[in-house]
Amino acid sequence: MDGDFLPRIIGFLCNWCSYAGADLAGVTRLKMPPSLVPIRVMCSSRVDPLFILKALLGGADGVLVAGCHPGDCHYQTGNYYTRRRIALTQKIFSELGLEVSRLKLAWVAASEGARFKKVVTEFTEQLREMGPSPIGEEVFL
Amino acid sequence: MKALKMSKPPDDAIRDILRFSLEKKKVQAVFSLSKIEGNGYAYALISNKELLSNICPTFPLMPVNSAKMISRLTAVEAVKSPIAVVLRPCELRALFELVKLEQAKLDNLLFISFVCNGVFPIKAMKDGLDGKLEKYWENARIGQDFAELRESCRICESFVPDNADIVLMTGGSQNNDTSSVLMKTQKGEEFIEGINDQFVEEDRELKGLDNVRNRRAELKKTVFSDLKTEDFGIQGLARIFGRCINCHACSKACPICHCNLCHFEAAESESDPSTFEVDLNNRGALRLPTNTVFYHVGRLIHVTISCVGCGMCSDVCPTDIPVATVFTKIAERVQNSFSYVPGRNVEEKIPILTFERDELEELGE
Repeated sequence: MDGDFLPRIIGFLCNWCSYAGADLAGVTRLKMPPSLVPIRVMCSSRVDPLFILKALLGGADGVLVAGCHPGDCHYQTGNYYTRRRIALTQKIFSELGLEVSRLKLAWVAASEGARFKKVVTEFTEQLREMGPSPIGEEVFL
Repeated sequence: MKALKMSKPPDDAIRDILRFSLEKKKVQAVFSLSKIEGNGYAYALISNKELLSNICPTFPLMPVNSAKMISRLTAVEAVKSPIAVVLRPCELRALFELVKLEQAKLDNLLFISFVCNGVFPIKAMKDGLDGKLEKYWENARIGQDFAELRESCRICESFVPDNADIVLMTGGSQNNDTSSVLMKTQKGEEFIEGINDQFVEEDRELKGLDNVRNRRAELKKTVFSDLKTEDFGIQGLARIFGRCINCHACSKACPICHCNLCHFEAAESESDPSTFEVDLNNRGALRLPTNTVFYHVGRLIHVTISCVGCGMCSDVCPTDIPVATVFTKIAERVQNSFSYVPGRNVEEKIPILTFERDELEELGE
């Protein structure tokens, strides 16, 4: 069973780096699990933690937030705010007994197609081991 | 520290000071909890000194968190001529957070606060507090817990105002018929200058209050550990918020929750066939009203960094969900993780509105 389980990941990818990185992975025909549903945002700091929460409560097995490497933000400092926000969200998840590792933050530059592949593949593998999210099984939310 | 000794109870002392300041035209108006008709209590802005007999600043009720009211008065434009504001320590802290969130301005406001002994739940307004007040003040004097007060007050350790210009001592082995008025700032001293009362040099660094703080800290520990939030998981969340009727009263009452266009009240929060059919397919059922866990956890993420633990949210909950217990507990953990104390310093930035370049390097691979 577990071998057949393909996690569903919602990926918020920043327009300038990570989305371009994903694009590069595509045009270079790198092979990776078809587990990620990409959503393009102009900056990773556009991701209100509510987006993450909504995805997880909707039954996503994992959420990936990806942006430019620290120091490389197209808007200078957006990703530093993202980092704090993710830290805060993870802290609250852990205090509420929710699985923190279902939320992942990664830095992927526009030139890093291979890196994008690696991030998606490893996250998928990790979620496969964790199994389906228990949130998806809870009915009356 | 310079103190004013007044041989009258705290409310009378504050009334005298405010009357003096209105007569001397030091302020154009005063803001305080006031008695309305019957058992009604509300905050009021008063410029006519004849109406000062209505004010009751230390009366143990908090119908709304007054930070929210000050925000309504000053969000768009700062006050033009001075107003003296009497409020509780948690309200002042909440107001500082709202200033950081650009929802209020402090210009021309002078703050009078007092050592807070807690308040009764607002439902007590219906029947009045006759017969309970005496016990309330006696317990405050001897530093005793009072089970009828809000739980948030019974576990609050921040009951001494740090940032007011003028602070009144109440409780803590204080004789309730005399009041010590401490001038904490130059602004406070100028405000009281010229008043015809006895000044003394006093070192009231709030002795006797440590016992109260320790007792409350003990109770807080028990209350927080009984709640077992860390074991919630999705099931626990569904359980504790299971009786939520989605009235949003907790967010309306919360001084920190300030968005005019709330996500949870927007059209996109409604379910239409295209969204509920997904739920029916995936889960086989849909709870209505929808999105209650989403709402509460979403609010935890949005407000706990600034939560001052005032307890308004629990107080207004029609189904008695221990909202404030959950929020203050999570808030304490979140704030500790950022070494942040809300309302401590108005110049300090809220941690998620700032950053350091070299930090959290373990996050983000």
